Amino acid sequence: MNVAAGHGASVRIEACGKTFADGTRALEPATLDIACGETLVLLGPSGCGKTTMLRIIAGLELPDAGGRVLFDGKDMTSVPIEKRNVGMVFQSYALFPNMSVADNIGYGLKIRGIGRPERAARVAELVALTNIAGLESRRIDQLSGGQRQRVALARAVAIRPGILLLDEPLTALDAALRDRLRGELNRLLRALGITTIYVTHDQAEAMELGDRIVVMRKGSIAQIGTPREIYFAPESRFVAEFIGAANIVEAPVENGYLVLPGGRQAIGLEVSQSAAVAMIRPETIAIVDAAGAPLSGIIDSVSFIGDRQRMIVSGASSRPLAVDAPNTVKVKAGERVGLLIVPDAVRLLPPES
Amino acid sequence: MQYDASGQGRHSIMSHRSFVWFCLLPLAVVTAAFFLLPMARLVVVGAEGPQGMAGYLAILTEPRYRATLINTVVLSAATTIVTLVVATIAGMFLQRHRFLGRTVLIAMLTFPLAFPGVVVGFMIILLAGRQGLIGDLSGRMFGEKIVFAYSIYGLFLGYLYFSIPRVILTIMAAVQKLDAGLEEAARSLGAGPWAVQRDVVLPALGPAFVASGAIAFATAMGAFGTAFTLATNIDVLPMLIYTEFTLAANFATSAALSIGLGVITWAILALARSFSGGAVAAAG
Repeated sequence: MNVAAGHGASVRIEACGKTFADGTRALEPATLDIACGETLVLLGPSGCGKTTMLRIIAGLELPDAGGRVLFDGKDMTSVPIEKRNVGMVFQSYALFPNMSVADNIGYGLKIRGIGRPERAARVAELVALTNIAGLESRRIDQLSGGQRQRVALARAVAIRPGILLLDEPLTALDAALRDRLRGELNRLLRALGITTIYVTHDQAEAMELGDRIVVMRKGSIAQIGTPREIYFAPESRFVAEFIGAANIVEAPVENGYLVLPGGRQAIGLEVSQSAAVAMIRPETIAIVDAAGAPLSGIIDSVSFIGDRQRMIVSGASSRPLAVDAPNTVKVKAGERVGLLIVPDAVRLLPPES
Repeated sequence: MQYDASGQGRHSIMSHRSFVWFCLLPLAVVTAAFFLLPMARLVVVGAEGPQGMAGYLAILTEPRYRATLINTVVLSAATTIVTLVVATIAGMFLQRHRFLGRTVLIAMLTFPLAFPGVVVGFMIILLAGRQGLIGDLSGRMFGEKIVFAYSIYGLFLGYLYFSIPRVILTIMAAVQKLDAGLEEAARSLGAGPWAVQRDVVLPALGPAFVASGAIAFATAMGAFGTAFTLATNIDVLPMLIYTEFTLAANFATSAALSIGLGVITWAILALARSFSGGAVAAAG
């Protein structure tokens, strides 16, 4: 199938900020490079500026003076969206209600003056690719949410865009469908090889889909990195707490040991700090016998989640720790347990500025 | 316990239903007294002329009536189309732009809603009558007075003035409800401003066009005040009914013309709706 045209463009945004007419600063000036064929996820809570950044790249918003948008090194800042050759999927899908599924998918080709036979061939190709065969002549209001999402994606990809922009494309779907489509979307994006910028507030989506993730907060970039870097080596407390579950421990560090009420925990670095902030992921803490363990505490509660069980353990740290244990381990509330943490799993965070 | 609950539920639904029927009673009485009975009487009167039921056919066969009917339909259709064009452009601009004096402008545009047709006719005379502004200006500039207030053009202008306020508010409300994402999606696919209007905006406004166009058309078909003031050189159906009724005391003909006016207006509206039906249903 000739879908993986491999003409993804590289994107560079340079000092792009956005201040709205009423004076609100939606985006602090940011610079970002996106490689050809890369999938970059903009992740953050609502109002963090991720959608504004996407709309600047799309050409739906102009950056404040001084900001530039470059595709393959070419300045596109003043080029309107209709000339940028970007494919876009909206959260609401924005499918044309006055056109059939096939006409929706073929619309961009029709606008480009591509003849009916070639258009029909391309539509058929995308219908097959996105698994919506049989729906071609349906009206949009006859489609389910998942089907609409596929049509929106097919329509955006049909024009062989250099850049694919997705604005929370799965948010409108229910959880089970979202999980399934996420996997499908991932395979599709890999197959297409188009440069993709994906906006979401869902960290699971970001982890699965992103080659790199840009975590955003209050209009600025908090951290850029691969999913593993973002997860295991957060550079700030915000990123640590926003991605996955994290125990944030505030304690002094003496000669490479966190000094906690429930014992001493090695951190693998020969440093001393009077007031350190450390992050420990719940799944990196192992439950051992209390006797002889470097760190111990009392189980406050146990919640069985299915694939694992989460305990809240108090007394070990100044604040109760969340600890994940395999679902086969026998534990109950009120028990004293030892906690074993490999030193590498403790991550010191820079003090909050 | 379960039986009790369902029994009670059924009982309350029954009483709820009969209450609704009871509430509809006044509507039924009023409809019967002031609509069904007079309409039936009108139909009967229309057939009581010297020609009997053929009196109805006279609207189409009698040359004077037929010319008037054609005049009225053409005038109303033209008014509707031009009103829709003007109101769509103006309504879209007013809804999408914020500028100084916007609210005042909207208020002015909708001001004529309160005017009776006579006042609208009067204003057309002030503009394009024998002593009117246009005549005055053209007289001074070209030495020839342009007077069109009493022709079909004056009537058309008056109807337009009358219809625009009735349409523009509906259009503005419809524009406000448009999903901005649709236009952005079309643009992202390469559609320029004209293509966006043609493929996305106008189809989405379809239902509003049909609804407000129907009101404009029906109002124009039945407009009397403006016609009464202006139509000296031209006849429209409401004027014809008036003259047959008051001057000629020709009750049968005026009744037949009235029924004819109603039926023809309704038929044209039904036709327009069924033609736009596919597009409207799809846009909805």
